Amino acid sequence: MPLIRIENLARHYVMGTETVHALRGVSLSIERGEYLAIMGPSGSGKSTLMNLLGCLDTPNEGVYELNGKNVARMTDNELADIRNREIGFVFQSFNLLARSDALHNVELPLIYAGLPPKERRERARATLANVGLGDRMHHRPNELSGGQRQRVAIARALVNSPSIILADEPTGNLDSKTGVGILALFEELSRRGNTIIVVTHEEEVALHSRRVIRIRDGLIAADEINREQRAVVDGAAVALAGITPLFIV
Amino acid sequence: MTLSIEIRESARIALSAIRANKLRSGLTTLGVVIGILTATLVGTLLNGMTDAFERSVSSLGADVINIGRFPWASFDDYRTYRNRREITFQQFRELERQITTAAAIAPQCEDFGQSVGYERRRAKGVWLVGNTEVALSIRGLTVERGRWITASDVSSERAVCVLGSYLSEAFFPNDNPLGKRIRIKDTPYEVVGVLAPMGNMMGWNQDNQVVIPVSRFQGDFGRRPDYTITIKARRPDRVDETLNEVRSLFRRIRKIEPGRMDDFALNQQEAILAFFSGFKTTLASFGFFVTGLSLFVGGIGIMNIMFVSVAERTKEIGIRKALGAKRRTILIQFLLEAATITLIAGIIGIGLAWPISWKIGDIARESGSIFEARMSWAIVAFALFVSGTTGVIAGFIPAWRASRMNPVDALRSEN
Repeated sequence: MPLIRIENLARHYVMGTETVHALRGVSLSIERGEYLAIMGPSGSGKSTLMNLLGCLDTPNEGVYELNGKNVARMTDNELADIRNREIGFVFQSFNLLARSDALHNVELPLIYAGLPPKERRERARATLANVGLGDRMHHRPNELSGGQRQRVAIARALVNSPSIILADEPTGNLDSKTGVGILALFEELSRRGNTIIVVTHEEEVALHSRRVIRIRDGLIAADEINREQRAVVDGAAVALAGITPLFIV
Repeated sequence: MTLSIEIRESARIALSAIRANKLRSGLTTLGVVIGILTATLVGTLLNGMTDAFERSVSSLGADVINIGRFPWASFDDYRTYRNRREITFQQFRELERQITTAAAIAPQCEDFGQSVGYERRRAKGVWLVGNTEVALSIRGLTVERGRWITASDVSSERAVCVLGSYLSEAFFPNDNPLGKRIRIKDTPYEVVGVLAPMGNMMGWNQDNQVVIPVSRFQGDFGRRPDYTITIKARRPDRVDETLNEVRSLFRRIRKIEPGRMDDFALNQQEAILAFFSGFKTTLASFGFFVTGLSLFVGGIGIMNIMFVSVAERTKEIGIRKALGAKRRTILIQFLLEAATITLIAGIIGIGLAWPISWKIGDIARESGSIFEARMSWAIVAFALFVSGTTGVIAGFIPAWRASRMNPVDALRSEN
């Protein structure tokens, strides 16, 4: 059973008298442990797909099975539970709570999961240490660099051991060197068996994944295996080879 | 997610949000502060009044009727009654002779501004009372030391007096007052008894009194004093019978033609009670009105500030929802924030009412009243409950709106 199975997923928005078809029927399967990039120009529908995959939004049509459960027809509160347990978000603009320190930001998903204070603090500490921020636990976001903020966000995404890490332009607000550091972290997480979905419009970022899905006009334009995955070595990106198309829709 | 963890987290958020917007939160709470201040003060005053009432007037007993020119409780002009004919000692004698339904009957005449002295000490504004031996039980007094006036004191017009506890302490802080001679106006009187402390009745200090035989009063302090007559009904369950008899006898004694109004007043504790409860109702409804109005205005302010708070934190709501916060969680968060603001306002209100009620108590004490403004825990608890509830009600619509936000839209927001 695939981790994610979507079938004919469609989402449209009504804006005044006009109906915008953001997603026109997308089918896709993602296995556990995949490292996948969703690419496409702005307006292609990739953000809509990400919102649907992240259970932040519900489709108008189609099936979305996550771990065998159809989440397309779930209520608000059920979706909140799914987001809490199954999905870890990493956003372009970090989306940390400004008034809370790093530790509390990482603790948040565990608070909503209902963990007792002592246990969640321990887990949040361990996770922060894992992303290399063991000495920044009590710093607030504005006392941290961009890369450090994104690491806090990644720790927050990881802390509740979700099925998927969903990253939306995770390097978009970072300089290239810091961005490479974040990509190295993703690589490491992938190697440990995490499922990672990165939404991006940068080829550079997509090259680090194992599979690239290209979206255009609300449809999948290409679904490719990245045979020669780029690896980050000593903080520098090294190009290994090109991309072999798996099939073209 | 357990409710207690949710509430603790919400309280934390609420406090930090309020800390971040101290001035704004402070200004909005003003209405609630005023509302709670009024509620607490009025409650405290009512408490104090009820208390003072119970310790004074009610000691009279429900079976006692008082005849006088002036009604005890009335909103009418004082002058309506001032021109009434005086009640004389002869009229008292007539009534005493004819009445059949009284257990006891006593005349009383009084003066509210006598000066009394002992050696070098003087007291002014003393309440001088002429009584008979019967008055002790009718007036509900207790003699603490010595004795009360006797029948023979009255018949032989002896210059003896019974002191109120306040005067006794003022003149004889360390001495035994019994047997000492004090001067009332210029006449020497021998102290034969001291009354137990009583406190106030409707504003004047009952302990600042001197009682002398009613026969001496006529001689020393006015040839034709204005009497009041106090009657204790023979059967406490048939006070009305006594009241009717007294009215018809006294009309005949005062030669009032049928069809004309009484030119005297029949007073009972009940009249004061009714007057007093009317006054309490007025005060309570005034307090209720002011409290309600300011809480309403304050509540609108809180609602407004909560709308702003929700709008400012749209992105935060989105983040929290993305991380798994349910509608309920967000609802509780904003409700708690509103309730915390109004609770703080309530605490400020109570904090302001506290010294004010002390001040009122001080002023009352200095003017010799036993009125005590006491802020009870019940009032404090009630005020806190009301202020918290105001926050929950006022914050509900903004919090509801926040809880229903779509996470995608909320995350996209700039704030």
